[in-house]
Amino acid sequence: MYLTGAEFRRSLSAGLVALLAVLGFIAVAVASLAGFGRLADAAAVLNEPYVWRILRFTLYQACLSTLISVALAIPVALAMARRPQFPGRIWIVRLMAVPLGLPVLIGALGIIGIWGRQGLFNDMLDLAALGRPLQIYGLQGILIAHVYFNLPLAARLILAGLERVPQEYFKTAAMLAMPQRSVFRLIEWPVIAPLIAGVAGLIFMLCATSFTLVLILGGGPAATTIEVAIYQALRFDFNPARAVALSGLQIVLTALVLAALAFLPRAGDPGTSASSEAGRRPDADHRLSRGFDFALIALFTLWLILPLAVIVVKGAGADLIGLLVEPVFLRATATSLAIALSAALAALAVALSFIAAIGAIRTLRAPEPFYRGSAGAMSAMGSLVLLVPPIVLGTGWFLLLRPFGLTDTAAPAIVAAINALMALPFVLRVLQPAFAVHRSRTARLAASLGLSGLARLRIVDWPGLRRPVLTALAFAMALSLGDLGAVALFGGDQLTTLPWLLYSRLGSYRTDDANGLALILGALCLVLMIAGTRAPRNAGRGQT
Amino acid sequence: MSAHHMKIAIAALAFGAAGSAHAQDGKVLTVYTYESFNTEWGPGPLVKDAFEAQCGCTVKFVGAEDGVALLNRLKLEGRTSPADIVLGLDNNLIHEAKETGLFAASGVSTENLAIPGGFDDDIFVPFDYGYFDIVYDSESIETPPTTLDDLVNGPSDEKIVIEDPRTSTPGLGMLLWMKAVYGDEAAAKWETLSKRILTVAPGWSEAYGLFTSGEAPMVLSYTTSPAYHQIAEETDRYKAADIEDGLYVQIEVAGMTEMAEDPALAKSFLEFVLTPGFQDAIPTHNWMMPVAQTSDPLPAAFQNAVMPDKTLQFAPDVVAENRQAWIDEWLNAMSAR
Repeated sequence: MYLTGAEFRRSLSAGLVALLAVLGFIAVAVASLAGFGRLADAAAVLNEPYVWRILRFTLYQACLSTLISVALAIPVALAMARRPQFPGRIWIVRLMAVPLGLPVLIGALGIIGIWGRQGLFNDMLDLAALGRPLQIYGLQGILIAHVYFNLPLAARLILAGLERVPQEYFKTAAMLAMPQRSVFRLIEWPVIAPLIAGVAGLIFMLCATSFTLVLILGGGPAATTIEVAIYQALRFDFNPARAVALSGLQIVLTALVLAALAFLPRAGDPGTSASSEAGRRPDADHRLSRGFDFALIALFTLWLILPLAVIVVKGAGADLIGLLVEPVFLRATATSLAIALSAALAALAVALSFIAAIGAIRTLRAPEPFYRGSAGAMSAMGSLVLLVPPIVLGTGWFLLLRPFGLTDTAAPAIVAAINALMALPFVLRVLQPAFAVHRSRTARLAASLGLSGLARLRIVDWPGLRRPVLTALAFAMALSLGDLGAVALFGGDQLTTLPWLLYSRLGSYRTDDANGLALILGALCLVLMIAGTRAPRNAGRGQT
Repeated sequence: MSAHHMKIAIAALAFGAAGSAHAQDGKVLTVYTYESFNTEWGPGPLVKDAFEAQCGCTVKFVGAEDGVALLNRLKLEGRTSPADIVLGLDNNLIHEAKETGLFAASGVSTENLAIPGGFDDDIFVPFDYGYFDIVYDSESIETPPTTLDDLVNGPSDEKIVIEDPRTSTPGLGMLLWMKAVYGDEAAAKWETLSKRILTVAPGWSEAYGLFTSGEAPMVLSYTTSPAYHQIAEETDRYKAADIEDGLYVQIEVAGMTEMAEDPALAKSFLEFVLTPGFQDAIPTHNWMMPVAQTSDPLPAAFQNAVMPDKTLQFAPDVVAENRQAWIDEWLNAMSAR
């Protein structure tokens, strides 16, 4: 064990405080909502065939979406990892996170621009006199959209894992003239396998709570998720008890699926080399494999970029300069960035506290049940927060603050907190594996040098962890920038964010303005990703 | 809600930040409204200026997402609500609004207004109206529907995008329209119509976005939607269908609350709603029809807008009583395909 007693206590208490804060924030909202309704309404939920029907569909489409996204992400990530140096690679990596930062409707319109009835794909087939065969509205539309948003996310997380593999492994493999099959079995798969449960869990939750995409591309109420029922309960029926009951159902059943995912392979040797710079991969120098990888990456890039290109083309038609100088735009940008930054920092703080505490508990040889339980709760929290609908959190807090006339002042803080919770699972998945590798590589050394506390942070931890921390921060900010759900609860004159402004222009027929704003939002996300994926200055990664 | 109040259908009770910043001197009138009423494109700024010029007070708008969110917010706040005026509920919400017991009699006569089908209420004052209708792209559709039967039985490759009645008011409007025309046959008609439905969008913005990007040649919107394209974009491409069965009307209303700090001031605002100072801002800022005299004649695009021979409307209490059952019926019919 490489922690001093004081360090152990500090890590543990930070984690417990963060856990209490997260649980408290959710519990307060749910309690204040539940107190508003009648218990009978909540109980009735379980007896409705309608609820069970949409629940079944919710889980079905989420399972399929997750399966396809992850299955396709693995070869993409492997190909990207094998080709660390081809031109433009870092731009593909950066673009992978851009869809996350767009309001869902905008992404959906981009997808429809390519795959829709009048989309580019059907246009081209039509030119070839093949008609317009692709019909995306229905389950296939939901799947296309979910894979569009989640395949890049999964590929990015898996790629990050592969990039932590020490170079020596691949050099050795090349010296042994190991066939690619064996490289995969002996080096790559052991790295990917433990990541799959986490990545799949995250995507599963995103798909299970998907709402706008499912409604737009699902074709009709035959394709509906439980999230729609929750919105209906709060929005139209104003039945908080029913909304809470439906959320409970959503959490319990999705948690069961996630628990099943936890049985996927875990553990794996993260390696002990100090060097983690991705260099050339001597094991992958065959011409055939290079051709295959480039083809795969090119296909993936097209898949990723085409819908974004639709957004760029549409946005270019707007009066961008005019938009940029509007005072309301500047205000909205400032608000958006402030909320995104606070949310990202909060998510980072919670994630770091969780990681520190879980790490500390893992150093115990035989942890007491309390410690084991705390570590379990922190891991579970990091997964499950996405399942609590923002509308439930927002309405609950609104109810609570209203009697004190605080809804005004507290609104930005609550929106930021909700966004932080939504970003938490992403941040954890970026940071947890990076921290695990870092610790296993440096803990012994740091302990033997007697480095601890701030000195270790400065000399050992910050240089090694700066990149994943910045990436996580950029991810969380992008996510929060595109969010509409939380801000729509409180939004209005005093709290105008960019997505809010975008929707309000759409709602006033000002489609051009909305297209321009979508382009600006996408560009902002890209800028964030550039900041979050800057190669360390002294590491010479051959990327520009 | 009128076309441009339908934003953010995925969102919920939009709680615009409530106002507590009262002016240092002079009276403040707090008006709850839907958010788009008070954007720079909306009528809010014009209305504020016009009323402030005559009342010696400050008008403070507080925005909620749309009419439904507005009512929910009021229910949440109850008697502690700082709202003096609630502006932006509609005929389908009046019943529920009255049941809250939070509204006071207006004392404003609503008898002689230019509202098709007539409107008379002692609590709510109407400020504009509009019709839900099928808006189509005249470059893709040669023979637009002239009856609902045309729509229901039309070619299945000419698609329409509608809104979901579970999450949006235009969706509910379409549901009520079909119910008003077909009654007990509505479910069967929905089942037939479902073959023509491209998709069901969560709200107006999503549906209209699909329509203008060319995915579907028809959308459920408002008779006044083409006026926007004519006036702001100078194109006649988008038209509203002239449906013989009649169109379902939406009447937007304002009311004063029991909690109004200065009831006389609130009442004078409700009187002001029916004067040109307010009505002038309606057509080209709210894209709805005014209910009373405007200073200038309406723009040609409004004068030529589709006006049905028959105005369809359920009594507010009938809507409140049957909404859930009718939505269930719709769900079943639409899922049967």
